[in-house]
Amino acid sequence: MIAFAVPFALWLTAKLLVALGLMLGVVLVVIWMELKWSAHIQSRVGPWYVGGRWGWAHPLAEALKFLQKEDLVPDDADDKVFRLAPYVMLAGTIATFVVIPIGPSVVARDLDIGIFYLLAVSSLSTLGVLMAGWSSGNKYSLIGGIRAGAQLIAYELPLVLALVAVAVQAGTLSLTGIVAAQATPLFHIGSTGISLPFVLSGQIIGFVVFIIASLAELNRTPFDLPMAESELTMGYVTEYSGLRFSMFFLGEYAGMVSMAAVVSTVYLGGYWLPGLSNDLLDWLGPFVLVGKIFFIVFLFIWFRWTWPRIREDQLQQLAWKWLIPLTLFNIVATATLKVVF
Amino acid sequence: MTQLDGRGIVEVSDGGVSVELKGETMTLNIGPQHPSTHGVLRLVAEVDGERIAKLEPAIGYMHRGKEKLAEVRTYAQITALINRIDWVSGFANEVAFIRAVEQLMGVEPAPRAQMIRLILTELTRISNHLVFASSYPLELGAFTPLMWAFREREHIMDVIESATGGRFHPNFNRVGGVKPAAGGGKTQKKVSLDLPAGFYAAVENAMDRAELACDELDDLVTGNEMIQMRAKGVGIISYDDVIAYGISGPNARASGVPTDLRKLETGLLPYEGIDFDVITRENGDAFDRYLVRILEIRESIKIVRQAIGSVPDGPLQAKVPRVLKVPPGSIYVRAENPKGEMGYYIVSQGGRIPYRVKIRSASFSNISILSKVAVGQLIPDLVATMGSLDFVLGDVDR
Amino acid sequence: MPIPGIGLAKGLWLTLKALFRKPVTVMWPDEKEELAPRARGVIALSTDNCTSCMLCARECPDWCIYIEAHKVEIPTDKPGGRVRTRNELDRFDIDYGLCMYCGICVEVCPFDALYWSPAHEYGEYKIADLLHDKEKLVEWLGTVPEPPALEK
Repeated sequence: MIAFAVPFALWLTAKLLVALGLMLGVVLVVIWMELKWSAHIQSRVGPWYVGGRWGWAHPLAEALKFLQKEDLVPDDADDKVFRLAPYVMLAGTIATFVVIPIGPSVVARDLDIGIFYLLAVSSLSTLGVLMAGWSSGNKYSLIGGIRAGAQLIAYELPLVLALVAVAVQAGTLSLTGIVAAQATPLFHIGSTGISLPFVLSGQIIGFVVFIIASLAELNRTPFDLPMAESELTMGYVTEYSGLRFSMFFLGEYAGMVSMAAVVSTVYLGGYWLPGLSNDLLDWLGPFVLVGKIFFIVFLFIWFRWTWPRIREDQLQQLAWKWLIPLTLFNIVATATLKVVF
Repeated sequence: MTQLDGRGIVEVSDGGVSVELKGETMTLNIGPQHPSTHGVLRLVAEVDGERIAKLEPAIGYMHRGKEKLAEVRTYAQITALINRIDWVSGFANEVAFIRAVEQLMGVEPAPRAQMIRLILTELTRISNHLVFASSYPLELGAFTPLMWAFREREHIMDVIESATGGRFHPNFNRVGGVKPAAGGGKTQKKVSLDLPAGFYAAVENAMDRAELACDELDDLVTGNEMIQMRAKGVGIISYDDVIAYGISGPNARASGVPTDLRKLETGLLPYEGIDFDVITRENGDAFDRYLVRILEIRESIKIVRQAIGSVPDGPLQAKVPRVLKVPPGSIYVRAENPKGEMGYYIVSQGGRIPYRVKIRSASFSNISILSKVAVGQLIPDLVATMGSLDFVLGDVDR
Repeated sequence: MPIPGIGLAKGLWLTLKALFRKPVTVMWPDEKEELAPRARGVIALSTDNCTSCMLCARECPDWCIYIEAHKVEIPTDKPGGRVRTRNELDRFDIDYGLCMYCGICVEVCPFDALYWSPAHEYGEYKIADLLHDKEKLVEWLGTVPEPPALEK
């Protein structure tokens, strides 16, 4: 990096703005993908006219539309909490991007406690949801917020436990270390080393559990009861309009991208592709990572438009009775296998 | 023992202190503006957390006064109005009314018209059940079946439009048969409104597509474990409740009551020559009601295929005077609307305008069970139950 | 014994296949659907046939047809003959804001002066503009299609 003779604060702000802009761009692309794929699954066309062919500017137009809507704060609402809630939720999802490695030496901050930080920060969005539900002054929002809170707290545990097994297998909590562990060859055929991403080398149960848990963390079908349109209008987001609503909207898709990024890094190998050297990965890494993110996002969208939603007591049963024992078994098996081999 | 100002009881004894708090229920208004209540239905629910303690439907938001309007309209004009009662199944609303008037007048309808009426009624039955089969998963959260079923429904709508001119409100029945011609004049040509060329081929095509939709829905919805988790065991209506509350149609058949007015009310439409089964199920929960309707689509497809092959030739309408005067008398005729039993009680005092028309609509009785079945359920279960009853507010409020 | 989750997997396979099928959307206004000839879009009037007998206005369930006419004397050929009169239409309006598209007026007209046409794109910004007067109704005559051939 060329060292500029500028104060550190200015440099930091610039980096932050670039990161936010990039993230916004990726989120808009993901929104467009969801609109288009869901339309084709349903035999319709989706965005078409905005911006020329294929309506690529549709999410941008939607963002502009939200900006010019009336800014409502209901009389009954708790003013300060109401205004703060969307930003808390968004902050929780954006802050996870700090530790995701994009290339072998390109990462915002390579923390030693990468996974720990990731999980801690992503639970901030739970707080944001509860704040939104409580402060809206509306019975529907309250029910939606409490449901969401219960769901998010219940599914934190399988998320954490699945990642614990990964940490055990990789031997480190730092995300760059985990990607490096996936890049090291497991066994050799002849003279070539075969290295497998963790999903193929023993973490398949963890992968499935993590996908289910992240769907629940993101409030997406089949776990989108808090925002079940057909029951509670919009759940905890009912009273929001304009810019704040778009924050929630963006927060949902940013969360999707961040969860997909975590899954890609931890289970699918992140920026690493077999056969490519480290220097090549400095340039190709981001594209590999983005490709894997889009694949996981495609899975999320596919699941959303195929399956209905399950009731929250069935949801809680799924978490406590099935996912947590599975992940505990996963940890024990991983640890045993690690010691044995 | 002390009272906590009406909110609970505190007991202090040597063994310790025990506090019992009395919870309060929250009154929640579900509707009238709500995405999943099929229209403007208001449910005043008292919920305890998420469990419903008491439920009361408040209807009347869509009352259009059809019975009052019928007191100042001639019979042909009333036919145009009652198409709109159950707006999803347009043609089926007219059948019972017209048959009632024909029976009062002693007119025997033309056989060709009877067969055409049968084909159109079954087509609207398929169309109605397709709407149900797609909007019910929508309430449970699956967004895709809606689009697929409506895509197949377009073919049926096109068929009905090519024959009658209207997709939802055909207004095709006339006393003595179906609408024979536009213009009944003594001058100029009469443009006959018989079945257009290509009708049978179009109906065959529509039936093939409807069968395809059934197969797709079977794979996507009926076999889906999550739908089964949400709908099995939910909203169980017992056999006795069906009889006590007057529930009819597929809702009754799903609880084991084998009433199908197509087989019971002989003489309305020529169902005797057609071979079909009455579908019943035992459990009476939401999943059974859903399953009964999906299987009924297949039965209706069978009926239509048999009917197309056996439409007799002949005039489209029996001889009736131009100015229709119905002799005095009263009659009640009921028919199998896709949603249940729809009946018309007509009181005539001679003349062109009836004295009173009373409409017995299926959905009005069907939703009366809600206040019994919903107690103790969770709110998502309430939505699943409501959706499975398949009511439409136009039918409830008329 | 069915494998647990097989229903979910079948649903996924179905949506995946649907993802690659061509959508059925008709891209209006670039493509338009062709309606059946009998489709009830708008009512057209032939003033040559109309004798203002008022049957359509009477039979309409909404009474949305407004007719005004006056009598005109037909001059006699021979002197001293009986003077005949005929009706001349002054005003024939159909209020499409009230019209139910039921077709009773077209059906009862004894002189075939009213015709159905599938044209349906006549939305207006003001409700008062939905009242089509005599000239506009005669214009719609150009869109009335030939009646379809009958089945067999």
